[in-house]
Amino acid sequence: MVGFTPDSADAVRPAELDEVELYHSHSWWTTWVFSQDAKYIGIQYSLTALAIGLVGLVLSWVMRLQLGFPALFDFMSPGMYLQFITMHGMIMVVYLLTALFLGGFGNFLIPLMVGSRDMVFPYMNMLSYWIYLLAVLVLVASFFTTGGPTGAGWTLYPPQSVLSGTPGQQTGIVLMLISLALFIAGFTMGGLNYVVTVLQARTRGMTLMRMPLTVWGIFVATVLALLAFPALFVGAVMLLFDRLLGTSFFMPTIVELGQQLKYGGGSPILFQHLFWFFGHPEVYIVALPAFGIVSDLISVHARKNIFGYRMMVWALVIIGGLSFIVWAHHMYVSGMHPYFGYFFATTTLIIAVPTAIKVYNWVLTLWRADIHLTTPMLCALGFIVTFLNGGLTGLFLGNVVVDVPLSDTMFVVAHFHMVMGVAPMMVVFGGIYHWYPKITGRMLDETMGKIHVWISFLGAYLIFLPMHYVGLVGVPRRYFELGETSFAPASVQTLNAFISIMGFIVGAAQVLFAYNIIRSLSKGKPSGGNPWRACSLEWQTPQTPPVHGNWGEKLPVVYRWPYDFSVPGAEQDFIPQNVPAPSRAPPLAGSPAS
Amino acid sequence: MSVIIAFVVVMSAMAAWWLSRQNLASKPWLDVGEIGEVRDTGASRIPTAKLGLWLFLAIVCAALALLVSAYFMRIAPDWRRLPEPPLLWVNTGLLILSSFALHRARVAAQRDQVERLRNSMMVGGASAVAFLVGQVLVLAQLNAAGHFVAGNPAVAFFYLLTVAHGLHLLGGMVALGRASARIWRGAEASQLRLSTELCATYWHFLLAVWALLFGLLLLTGRFAEFAQDIADFICRTPGA
Repeated sequence: MVGFTPDSADAVRPAELDEVELYHSHSWWTTWVFSQDAKYIGIQYSLTALAIGLVGLVLSWVMRLQLGFPALFDFMSPGMYLQFITMHGMIMVVYLLTALFLGGFGNFLIPLMVGSRDMVFPYMNMLSYWIYLLAVLVLVASFFTTGGPTGAGWTLYPPQSVLSGTPGQQTGIVLMLISLALFIAGFTMGGLNYVVTVLQARTRGMTLMRMPLTVWGIFVATVLALLAFPALFVGAVMLLFDRLLGTSFFMPTIVELGQQLKYGGGSPILFQHLFWFFGHPEVYIVALPAFGIVSDLISVHARKNIFGYRMMVWALVIIGGLSFIVWAHHMYVSGMHPYFGYFFATTTLIIAVPTAIKVYNWVLTLWRADIHLTTPMLCALGFIVTFLNGGLTGLFLGNVVVDVPLSDTMFVVAHFHMVMGVAPMMVVFGGIYHWYPKITGRMLDETMGKIHVWISFLGAYLIFLPMHYVGLVGVPRRYFELGETSFAPASVQTLNAFISIMGFIVGAAQVLFAYNIIRSLSKGKPSGGNPWRACSLEWQTPQTPPVHGNWGEKLPVVYRWPYDFSVPGAEQDFIPQNVPAPSRAPPLAGSPAS
Repeated sequence: MSVIIAFVVVMSAMAAWWLSRQNLASKPWLDVGEIGEVRDTGASRIPTAKLGLWLFLAIVCAALALLVSAYFMRIAPDWRRLPEPPLLWVNTGLLILSSFALHRARVAAQRDQVERLRNSMMVGGASAVAFLVGQVLVLAQLNAAGHFVAGNPAVAFFYLLTVAHGLHLLGGMVALGRASARIWRGAEASQLRLSTELCATYWHFLLAVWALLFGLLLLTGRFAEFAQDIADFICRTPGA
């Protein structure tokens, strides 16, 4: 049955829509550098994002050196510390995670998973990557300008970000804002591609409800991003006006060093609204693709259909919608009307419902499944646990009365690192371990992979659990040095040193990951086309790695959903999506869940 | 932020309407087709480029809604009413002419009338350029009259909104230029149906946006007073 070839598609009626015209490259440059093939663009995006992510990682090391051992190193000034936290935050959230999940995974996986030959606007897709690269370069350039990068904190709040006391006020903030505007312009080009490809370029039989949850996650996240990024764009441009042209959109009347500045009447709170109208959906722009990918990883590596597929899709959509009406929970301490706080706390807590549905469904998928503890599965399990832990502290911070004393403490830092840092990175690792064989045709080394994942996972907990405690006793974030206080016991410094050492160990484990990726390119075990015995379309390509156009002469035809694992009566424990039901036989029941 | 919230509500309603037609309540685990039994994907018959343009316009609308939200939120006691340069009315007329010309171009392309298509595109392009030049002149006039960008928030918003609108029109000019180049190279009118349709849609959209922005700018002073009255009314202690 599994041996059914796509030739059987001859009997089906022609496609409803004409095939997309495929661009063919004519030179080395257009094949390897200015490629319009989504797979190459995805790899370009991923490598660039991982490279800049490495910069972010090194910045975190330097910060931890300062926090853990303040008396030992004197090379870092308070200003540098602020610059490093700012760049670390922005790099990790926007330039690494957003770019990697949507630009990297999105580009590589969407066309393959929905059965199309490429994205629908390949030229624009290529431009998207090059503008992203330009944005990254502009950002990096700020390290080398007078005054260095901005030290305003990743939220870039005015008036602080524009005032001369803030590091990087001369050029750093300008380059940061330009870089963000470029990033958003580039992303919009890519994002339109992802959405329209999902809407229009699915192969025959690929209904929306037969799409893998990875595609659903990336699709909903892209819609969120397309609607949320304009807020950051508008905020960035207006702040740029304030900084360069002297307007007062956000800048209030202010006295600096005894001198009244030319600004007046602007509203810093307006910037906060714009920033967080983007900033909160951004959490889900990162989380939703992770939700999708982890669903697929669990299903494949537990040899069981995903539990509650429909609920999973609906939850993605509902979370996406709700994420637009919770932004002000980041602004409880901005002096907003208490009734607004009440409203935003309620909407925030409501998000826990669809999110909990997802967590339950993952756990129920694992229930009595044939769990293979492969590296991708370890990552998926790590994600579930971490997201749950991070989500629980989110319940604390979503409540106004609890948030107010915890605001701007290390507790907040620990919370968002768990939920937005460690959890999505576990999925990134899992995704790479899972799809690397499709990208390269070779397996990553499992032993090295497991060592890497276990160190990263346990290390992350040893970093962030103590950090919650440090925050609870009141240690504020963004402080170069705590000094002597009446509230922080001496053990806080011991914990800080411990956290830093763990940070270095986790960071060092990433070297092993990089080594594994590079070594396996030539020395990895050949993977074959479908090493994980998965059902979704990307594993059914005629060649591995897939060639330009993905599918050879004929596009695949889809007959079933992507989770037909362990179907009773089937020859193997998986049935690919392009395998039809046997003729004149009652349709196969998908699983016990059906 | 009420404007952007209203926009999100409208977009959510549209998304909900679309999703309600996508059979999201189906049970895919039960739905296995035999050979020849291929489910309709539900993809729209709308050309891909057209769908892409509409989505792009939705994104521009999001940015616009945010700018208008910011505009209302920034109205404060330091807001000074902006003068209304008469040239703005001329510019508005030019943009209407441009939009109308592209509508004619679209009709001509549908009817395979090459000559009329060429003329309409030329008129559309020329009047759009004239509009942009006119906008630059308005900014220069304001500057000359002492209304500098950093002067007061009304002027700052006027600069920001007109420049943003102008840049979008400039982007449209690239697409229009490419379509025009094709027709001058001898393409058939029928080959340009989609391009002219997309250009016309984009131009109508930008005209609508300009009408909204212009209306907003005209009403600003009056609105500021009105908003102040409303704020006073709300903040008044009951019984005082």
